[in-house]
Amino acid sequence: MSGYWTGIVAILCFNIVVAYSVFLPAAAGQLNLGAAGFVAIGAYTSGYLSTDVGLAMWLTIPIAALATGAVAFLISFPMLRTRGVYMVLATLAFAEIVQGIYINLEIFGAAAGYPVAAFAELDIIAPITILVILFVVFLMATRFGLSMRAVHDDERVASLFGVNTRMTKVAAFTLGGVIAGIGGAIWAHQFNYVEIQHFNILLSTFVLLYVLIGGTQTPYGPLVGAVFFTLLPEFLRVSNEWRFVIFGVIIVLMMVVRPEGLVTRTLVERFYGLFWRRGRTAVADR
Amino acid sequence: MLILQQLISGLMIGGIYVMVAVAFTLTIGMLNFLNFTIPALFMLSGMVAWGLTTVGVHWALALLGGVATATFASLIVERFTYRYMRVRYGDATEHALPLVSSLGFLIIFEHLVLVILGSDPQRFPTPFTSADFHLGKLIIGIPQLVSLVLALAIVWGLSIMLKRTRVGRALRSIAENPDAATLMGVSVNYIVPIVFVITGLMAGIAGMLFTLNYADINAYMGDNVAAKAIAGMVIGGLGNIWGAIAGGLIVGLTEVMAIHFFGADIVKIPIWGLLLLILLVRPSGLFGHTAIGKGKF
Repeated sequence: MSGYWTGIVAILCFNIVVAYSVFLPAAAGQLNLGAAGFVAIGAYTSGYLSTDVGLAMWLTIPIAALATGAVAFLISFPMLRTRGVYMVLATLAFAEIVQGIYINLEIFGAAAGYPVAAFAELDIIAPITILVILFVVFLMATRFGLSMRAVHDDERVASLFGVNTRMTKVAAFTLGGVIAGIGGAIWAHQFNYVEIQHFNILLSTFVLLYVLIGGTQTPYGPLVGAVFFTLLPEFLRVSNEWRFVIFGVIIVLMMVVRPEGLVTRTLVERFYGLFWRRGRTAVADR
Repeated sequence: MLILQQLISGLMIGGIYVMVAVAFTLTIGMLNFLNFTIPALFMLSGMVAWGLTTVGVHWALALLGGVATATFASLIVERFTYRYMRVRYGDATEHALPLVSSLGFLIIFEHLVLVILGSDPQRFPTPFTSADFHLGKLIIGIPQLVSLVLALAIVWGLSIMLKRTRVGRALRSIAENPDAATLMGVSVNYIVPIVFVITGLMAGIAGMLFTLNYADINAYMGDNVAAKAIAGMVIGGLGNIWGAIAGGLIVGLTEVMAIHFFGADIVKIPIWGLLLLILLVRPSGLFGHTAIGKGKF
């Protein structure tokens, strides 16, 4: 693979992982416009452990994930008091505060950025990404995934049916934080340099858009959304600005034509049904 | 004396925030819609005005052209977000859909401006460079003072309009319940665009005043101002016009004071910290719940 494509695949892995971190709260009905804040915490934690403490990568990435998860757990309690537009604004405010703090911390190089010692190649990043995808697909198939869907569709009815809605939401938010931490660690080790300016509102916005355009009903939505919007610009041979204009037009059109997202539950069931029916007719023929 | 001077400049920039905050709070209160195109409308007004001056249009006409463009763009947004969702689902406020579409429009407008007018920071040929008014040792920029007064006058007129006129009553009834408003003979499809016209005008005029006063413009100039305006809106309570006015001024003062005492880098933390704290502790804003809408959140 050429260096150009290696770079693109690395970005793709990062986008997929961060998309899943936003997907988990979204699947439980919470819009998180603060992904960049969590990613920044993960990136700086793993960078610090790698450069200053000198830990190996197999330690820095999990610790960064756990640290980010801990932050997400702690702020989930005040955060989940809010809902709807308020939640969007509160998560946005959180990300801006994280950015404001890191840009003033001298031990992390402030605005100049922070170098990271260990370098992660694709053969480390890609398996991690695949593990994250498999984990979320598995999670959505469990009882917990079902309660997340129930809370997303109707919180009141879900709690009437015995779902612990508060626990479900806190767990979804915390797991989202853990995955965002992994995403941040991937970024730190891939680029060997962490600059807070990258983890801005634009990153949060784009990631939320990947998830919402991909669809929040199934665990495949964020994957499709992230792949589509990461690779599409590479195939559009126009200037960078026009790419963004096309991206915006696609978002507006998608909301008009298919607001539930590219991948829906019905689509996935139909896709599975394709194989099932074939199997059944084979049995009937016999 | 220096503090007093800082207070004055805080109020001046606060006047701009007030107008943008009112634009935000109006769409939230009326339509339960966090309209992320407002920073783009603000920017369009300034950048289109600059673009017009480069082809030889008089500066005053160019500024009016900028405001008109912002208003027209706002109507386009209405057509593809609010109206479409309403026709298709009967209710446009239910989901995050309009919010996502408005993010899409924000990206479209900003990058269209980048394509057509370029990404370099520009300087608007403002005619008022040294029109200062000295009060003792204090310096008050006359255009800035006029802007502040104009901003407050427009917002005051708006609140009178909402309270007294027929259109205002129709708007408030839609904020209360769109279906009931339709049954009572309010033509929702004619009234809702008015909200977007007002939004476009407010954001456009704020962009115009900003361009006139500070002259430094670029394709991203709306983002920073909109962030402060959102903070102001939250401080005043979502959907509360007078709250947005107070909130915008508070944010302007906080910003200037934080820069004065702690430096420019740290300014994000007090403003967003204040916003987060208010959202978590007192989501109805500092001034109690007197929102226009019924508070659907």
